[in-house]
Amino acid sequence: MTASALDRATAPRSTTIVVGIGLRAASFALFLTIWEIAAHWAGAKTLPPIEAVVAALLDELMSGELLHHLGVTLARVFAAFVVAMAVGGALGLAMARWRVFDLLLDGWVVLLLNLPALVIAVLAYVWFGLTEAAAIGAVAVNKVPLVAMTMREGGRSLSRELSEMASVFRLSRWRRFRHVVAPQLVPFLLVATRSGLSLIWKIVLVVELLGRSDGVGFKLQLYFQLFDVPHILAYALAFAAIVQAIEWGLLQPLERRVGRWRR
Amino acid sequence: MTRALHVTVREKSFAGTNGAPRIVLRDIDFRVELGEFIAIVGPSGAGKTTLLKIVAGLDSTFAGSVRLAGAAITATPIGFVFQEPRLLPWRTVFENIALVLPRHADRSVVTRLLGEIGLADFAETLPPQLSLGMARRVALARALVVEPELLLMDEPFVSLDRPTAERLRVLLLTLWRARPCGIIFVTHDLREAVELADRILLFSAAPGRLVADIAVPLARDRRADAAAIDTACAAITLRQGRAACS
Repeated sequence: MTASALDRATAPRSTTIVVGIGLRAASFALFLTIWEIAAHWAGAKTLPPIEAVVAALLDELMSGELLHHLGVTLARVFAAFVVAMAVGGALGLAMARWRVFDLLLDGWVVLLLNLPALVIAVLAYVWFGLTEAAAIGAVAVNKVPLVAMTMREGGRSLSRELSEMASVFRLSRWRRFRHVVAPQLVPFLLVATRSGLSLIWKIVLVVELLGRSDGVGFKLQLYFQLFDVPHILAYALAFAAIVQAIEWGLLQPLERRVGRWRR
Repeated sequence: MTRALHVTVREKSFAGTNGAPRIVLRDIDFRVELGEFIAIVGPSGAGKTTLLKIVAGLDSTFAGSVRLAGAAITATPIGFVFQEPRLLPWRTVFENIALVLPRHADRSVVTRLLGEIGLADFAETLPPQLSLGMARRVALARALVVEPELLLMDEPFVSLDRPTAERLRVLLLTLWRARPCGIIFVTHDLREAVELADRILLFSAAPGRLVADIAVPLARDRRADAAAIDTACAAITLRQGRAACS
């Protein structure tokens, strides 16, 4: 391929990237503008201007508090996520595979799905004390039914035709799982991951607010009692920035990578 | 003496919509020498696909047996070409074929086969980017790469345009000559069966019964002799008392 042909081939892709970045920057600028206007309109006590929030953010960053509490919260998010995905995934696949599991667990899953997160968190603290395990367990229990439901659908949608192909060519269990089953489950796993993370972020803060002495939820409660809106927004924004970074830096590239055969 | 596959299906039924069993196969009994090419011809619903699944071990809920030289067929390498290619869309052409090889097998055989089916340049292509004819060739290569003693083919060239189907039939015969094995080829096209097979098993409409076992009275390399194929078709059709050969 000649250099000019290469340029032609890559030009549309680079243009798409530039347009994408431009639109995202415009969206962010619009957000900041609306904030500034709203801050003027509502008053600094209710909605502080951007510079006040940035100052609070820098203050927390310099003192080391921000990174410590963000780290603690992220560790809890990660632990609860791993437990919820492992338990929920195994239950969901078992429910798809064996009817008896489905009949036994379906009622539980629906019950847990509809139980408010706050009730589970309060009960976990009452029954198991204000411990780290109770906090992480409460978050995971909130998420397990959603993962189980998603993965059950994934298990049910496995192609019978491909399964027959694997049987007739006598693929080993591991090969069958790795090459035939797992790729079919990936889209469901990604849905469970994305919805799982977005749910866990929120519940972890509630659990921290109720019964932990560190983490972003704890800090939010502290500044709420002081009615310190700039610091509340500083923590909320820092947390949101990390979630966004995970979405753009990890989840979306992963989604593109595993779904590239569809294009 | 060549080894032979002996298939006996006294009865095979599925649960019907009203709860009563629906019989799809009855009184089937035939042998296939490994190295022989037989075609099973019958109307839709005659249980041809079900029979192939029974032979392949995909369905064990039937009254009867499938034995190879008197033993169970489980240890015999089997190739299967389904009606649809059934390739993994997330694996390349090369990976789809190599997937069915034993773990430490020599993978150069895949490259060689890709050359033989005319897809050497498509080794790294993903199946969704292939035409149906190309995907069918890959499915054929996947079935042959395990060096099967028995190759089962379920209407593998259906819904292809006539020239593509013709090219694939030629390719199949070429590959089979290079790697002799027993072939059970299911089709509803009598002419295709006459062109390819040594023997034709004619099935009745549901429930499928074996109504005739006919040796094709033509030498190999018969493809160009359209008149002889027409005559053989007409004779078989006459024998069945129906005009199935068009």
